[in-house]
Amino acid sequence: MKYIDEFRRREEAQGLLRKIREISKKEVSIMEICGTHTHSISKYGIREGLPPNIKLISGPGCPVCVTSAADVNRIIDFSRSRRDVIIATFGDMMKVPGSVSSLQEEKANGADIRVVYSPLGAIDIAKKNPEREVVLFAVGFETTVPTVAATILAAKKEGFRNLSVLSLHKLTPPAMKALMDSGEIHIDGFICPGHVTAVIGARAYSFLATDYGAPCVVAGFEPIDAIMGIYMLVRQLEEGRKDIEIEYNRVVTWEGNQLAQEVINNVFEPSDSLWRGIGNIPGSGLWIREELSEFDAMKRFSIPPGADAEPKGCRCGEVLKGLITPDACTLFAKACNPEFPIGPCMVSSEGTCAAFYKYRKVA
Amino acid sequence: MCLGIPGKIIEINGEMARVDVAGAVKEANISLMHSVKAGEFVIIHAGFAIERVDEVKAQETLSLIKEITG
Repeated sequence: MKYIDEFRRREEAQGLLRKIREISKKEVSIMEICGTHTHSISKYGIREGLPPNIKLISGPGCPVCVTSAADVNRIIDFSRSRRDVIIATFGDMMKVPGSVSSLQEEKANGADIRVVYSPLGAIDIAKKNPEREVVLFAVGFETTVPTVAATILAAKKEGFRNLSVLSLHKLTPPAMKALMDSGEIHIDGFICPGHVTAVIGARAYSFLATDYGAPCVVAGFEPIDAIMGIYMLVRQLEEGRKDIEIEYNRVVTWEGNQLAQEVINNVFEPSDSLWRGIGNIPGSGLWIREELSEFDAMKRFSIPPGADAEPKGCRCGEVLKGLITPDACTLFAKACNPEFPIGPCMVSSEGTCAAFYKYRKVA
Repeated sequence: MCLGIPGKIIEINGEMARVDVAGAVKEANISLMHSVKAGEFVIIHAGFAIERVDEVKAQETLSLIKEITG
């Protein structure tokens, strides 16, 4: 398959890993922000191919995982109290445990919850059910945001009055800033997410290099992309450079997809947002603009936040901040597993715990 | 969730396009893209084309990797 097979070749992957081992001298901590990178790194055994002085830390890059307990409980409470409403959501949200149940359990108990692959799926549902209200629970980073924004604009154009969106979107750069400001963790450089950056553009990370002295490389998700990204970052760190570089330049530009950015700005405006484990991050969320409030589920219904209670014993918050690896949690691979997840990081395929579980060594 | 896959545009019909993704034909919305043409590769995410794939840049990256790994 074009643009995939060429970036999975064993020889080049091993050659790059050899090269990294050759040039790498310093002790460095590198954070990969994106859950898709976390997954690739585990799946292809990249961590094991690196020298011990390079530490890879997984960051808060799984939208389902960083959705706060208050918001998870908020949507579950809503699905319990409004059985008349059709809820559309992405598959990953279904199994996330709240304090009393999950969307999957609510669906089994009679709530009309439908999984959509694309936000446009919510339009189809609204079209087929004109007498019922349809609410899209929208989670996701900047990659997904323009698709939801375009869906809202399409709903407006087609005159739908029964579709609204609960925007739980999150923005990546403010979270990276919050991690650096927290002082809880030392990060020497970042592997930045390829598809988020395809939308926002690589210049969005400039502040990390200038204000925090942290170099960044935007990388793609195939194994060779991830390894090449690490190579480029290690080279910068060894040479003492603090630049923003793009490995995934077949897709990512400095400016990003400006049309997609325009669509986002026409529909949303920045808001504060609560992240699991991190807390409130100013300007890291998105509200639907006042002039489109008819599509804002928050305005259309009463959807108060639920209890902000983490599952008992769950250390997802620390995993998301890169403070611990999943195996430091006593629940990991015991009480908490993909079949019966306790925390969200074990639910989503991009969650750090799920990646560590799936590709862990079993003695 | 930010998973995106490259696909080749076969045919455009208004805001929608038929895209060949590893041999499977899928529908994708192209309203987030300026003037895409049949034959071009795009990254598909959640039913939308979100960016083009640049063939020249892809070759540049592969050549650079070849050079590094010798």
